Amino acid sequence: MSNKYTEDDLREELKTKEYEYGFYTDIESETFPNGLNEDIVRAISKKKEEPEWMTEWRLEAFKIWKEMTEPEWANVHYQKPDFQGISYYSAPNSKPKYDSIDEVDPELLATFEKLGISLDEQKKLAGVAMDVVVDSVSVATTFKKTLGEKGIIFMSISEAIKEHPELVKKYLGTVVPQKDNFYAALNSAVFSDGSFCYIPKGVRCPMELSTYFRINQAGTGQFERTLVIADEGSYVSYLEGCTAPSRDENQLHAAVVELIALDDAEIKYSTVQNWYPGNAEGKGGVFNFVTKRGLCEKNAKISWTQVETGSAVTWKYPSCVLKGDNSVGEFYSIAVTNNYQQADTGTKMIHLGKNTKSTIISKGISAGKSQNSYRGLVQISSRADNARNFSQCDSLLMGNDCGAHTFPYIEVKNKSAQIEHEATTSKIGEDQIFYCNQRGIDTEKAIALIVNGFSKEVLNKLPMEFAVEAQKLLEISLEGSVG
Amino acid sequence: MDLKDKLVSSFMAFENTVDVDAAVHDVRSEALKSFEDKGFPSKRDEAWKYTSLNSVLKHDYSVFPKQENALEYSDVKKYFIHDIDSYKIVFIDGKYSSHLSQTTHDGIDVCLMSSALSKPKYQLIIENYFNKAATKDGLSSLNTAFSQEGAYVHIPKNKIVEKPIQIIHFSTGNESALMLQPRNLIVVDENSHVQIMERHQSLTDNPVLTNSVTEIFTNKRAIVDYYKLQNDKPTASLIDHTFIKQKRESHASVHTFSFGGQLTRNNLNFYQEGERIDSTLKGVTIIGEKQHVDHNTLVHHIEPNCESHQDYKGIFSDKSTGVFNGKVVVDKIAQKTNAFQANNNILLSDKASINTKPQLEIFADDVKCSHGCTIGQLDDSAMFYMRSRGIPEKEAKALLMFAFSNNVLDSVKIPEIKQRITKIIATKLGVDIGFDL
Repeated sequence: MSNKYTEDDLREELKTKEYEYGFYTDIESETFPNGLNEDIVRAISKKKEEPEWMTEWRLEAFKIWKEMTEPEWANVHYQKPDFQGISYYSAPNSKPKYDSIDEVDPELLATFEKLGISLDEQKKLAGVAMDVVVDSVSVATTFKKTLGEKGIIFMSISEAIKEHPELVKKYLGTVVPQKDNFYAALNSAVFSDGSFCYIPKGVRCPMELSTYFRINQAGTGQFERTLVIADEGSYVSYLEGCTAPSRDENQLHAAVVELIALDDAEIKYSTVQNWYPGNAEGKGGVFNFVTKRGLCEKNAKISWTQVETGSAVTWKYPSCVLKGDNSVGEFYSIAVTNNYQQADTGTKMIHLGKNTKSTIISKGISAGKSQNSYRGLVQISSRADNARNFSQCDSLLMGNDCGAHTFPYIEVKNKSAQIEHEATTSKIGEDQIFYCNQRGIDTEKAIALIVNGFSKEVLNKLPMEFAVEAQKLLEISLEGSVG
Repeated sequence: MDLKDKLVSSFMAFENTVDVDAAVHDVRSEALKSFEDKGFPSKRDEAWKYTSLNSVLKHDYSVFPKQENALEYSDVKKYFIHDIDSYKIVFIDGKYSSHLSQTTHDGIDVCLMSSALSKPKYQLIIENYFNKAATKDGLSSLNTAFSQEGAYVHIPKNKIVEKPIQIIHFSTGNESALMLQPRNLIVVDENSHVQIMERHQSLTDNPVLTNSVTEIFTNKRAIVDYYKLQNDKPTASLIDHTFIKQKRESHASVHTFSFGGQLTRNNLNFYQEGERIDSTLKGVTIIGEKQHVDHNTLVHHIEPNCESHQDYKGIFSDKSTGVFNGKVVVDKIAQKTNAFQANNNILLSDKASINTKPQLEIFADDVKCSHGCTIGQLDDSAMFYMRSRGIPEKEAKALLMFAFSNNVLDSVKIPEIKQRITKIIATKLGVDIGFDL
């Protein structure tokens, strides 16, 4: 067969494939000068018309951050960002805020169209309430009224600070304290915006809540802060997805996400991350240093699902603190790395309460010259009777220049705990490809099929709207790199 | 004066006792510098995250035992595998005991490190192998700096050593606190086969700290079986480093049985420097009280078509703590590697804890690597099954634990060692079981 699609062809094709979502929207932005000091922190706070306690909270975080050094334990290598060379605030200039979608800058709408997340389409078809964030300030919030009837609060965090200070004050920083880590402290000091969500007692949120983050202004670090509170007996499914325009300069993203699930509540948090991973030579790309953590009270459940395909460097460990008895934590992840991407991602399951359960399913796919690490911690405290954990991390290697690493930490202090951990590393079997070929499926399709099967356990956990996009992203990131 | 300063300052005294003009002494001086730089590891080091040496380093150890001590064979017979004929290299308080030993130069060399280091006959082997596998971390460097005594085993080509070799270190407690630094070198040439057993035994309740380094080289098609029996007094601590370099088609296996001691740390590093190598690392740990056992393993797959098998079982009761840190590295060219790692643990008490970190670092795509790790308890339904058939609780528990550790015992090739270990396990569990595994 002369026109056989070989692995080399695939690899070649992938190499030349440019970032499909690489474009740049020219919206006049208001940007702060580069650098970070107390005045900048105050200015950000002032800009956002924040109350005094918030300014103080930020300054306290800034003081802590100054004393801290960047963590180096992760299995990633990169040029450290110059924290004084970044502008810490940028907001789209078109004001005031819009009530209807027609008022939105048409250029911005076109951007969304390219991303396949056309607002009106989403509104009509998907029933998804979107709190779209472009460079730090919410420019459109939909379905707010429908949610309002149920008593659900879904708004940008800056609005929430003004409108619901008691809630923000009570919960902000309780799961991820300012001093938690270097990037969390930085985020606490300078976060520009983000989403805030409160589900009242016993309410089941009727739709998937979702936000899209984009980094749009050259050289602007994006510091999102998300706070989701599910009050007793409530349920919410929250989606977060991102694409960013192609840039040469490294962009820093240090977000903090805090989830609080009170008694009997359930939060499902799904992420699709497809930021610019840098070009085929490993130049450029987003640095993604994210702190995500959820707190489970009695009988509560938090489920993290993530599809990580983008970013040059990823440093991300969505965690669950299972504080209440009978609480449940779940982590489903697909991390795909290609070219020179590096990902060090995983989860922490901290079992404090009795009869707590956690499940970890992590699928790592590495291609090109990328390095993909799973780093996880399962900790059973001495009071956590009958704790149960199941972890599975599978890695798929494509080509011979990439690496897959597993660093699972398991710490058990209770005799009734039952922990299972297993990990495998493999490549796509020639026999599998042969089997498909034999049945008239060409190699490229066969590979897509196998990768899909490999990731199915995680893809299945995504809400419908996301599953489609995630599958598309997997194809874009991997198609052609299979070896 | 802390232990580090004491050791560094006693190096001069040590130099008076050895030949400072020998090439090997440059290695020692360099190692001392490395130890001065690095010192003892602390919990800040990733490899020592779960094991603190503070409690064992606080004693005022005497680093050079002066007195010669003698022991009667009848008093220590029980520490030997005495029901089979074997070569023996025995040390008492770090000094060679010719009375208890049985060495040979007949076709093979089973003798002393001190003579190998000083006699020209062995110079070539020492030059080629001494300190060629050991890493340069603080504790290994410390051992290298003071390396003088230990076992030296060289098996030339095409020899199957009929009798196993027993290496036993006794400490008599004549010193109030004693630090020992044995250094072993084992070189096995092409097609040869040897079985070795190693044991450290304290005879009193005085604190003993042993910082031991063993380098093992298996050349083409050689087979080495190494058994470590660790069932020491609760006042004795052992930091053991074993480095194994394998050439192509060789087989090396190390079985570690940890039943005693205050703190036991086993660093076990395998380097596969050829194709079609097979490495086996197995261990059973059964501890209680406030004991601590830490297994730190590394298997570095450097060449293609090799295999490694790791299987560590642990049973922890009372306030004991267990650590397993297993690392498998597969280099880019090491295609078709088959690496397997399992770590199973049973916790019998709420005060006991286990920290495990099975780690894979893989750079080649056509490999089969897997690791599994479990922590659990004895199966209630299995217990019920046995008890309903009239087996008392204690015995039923013991049976289950035997079954649990059976995988590891299965691959022990010397029946007498297997028997001995079965007995130790039975004593540990406080039962009398009328069968051998």
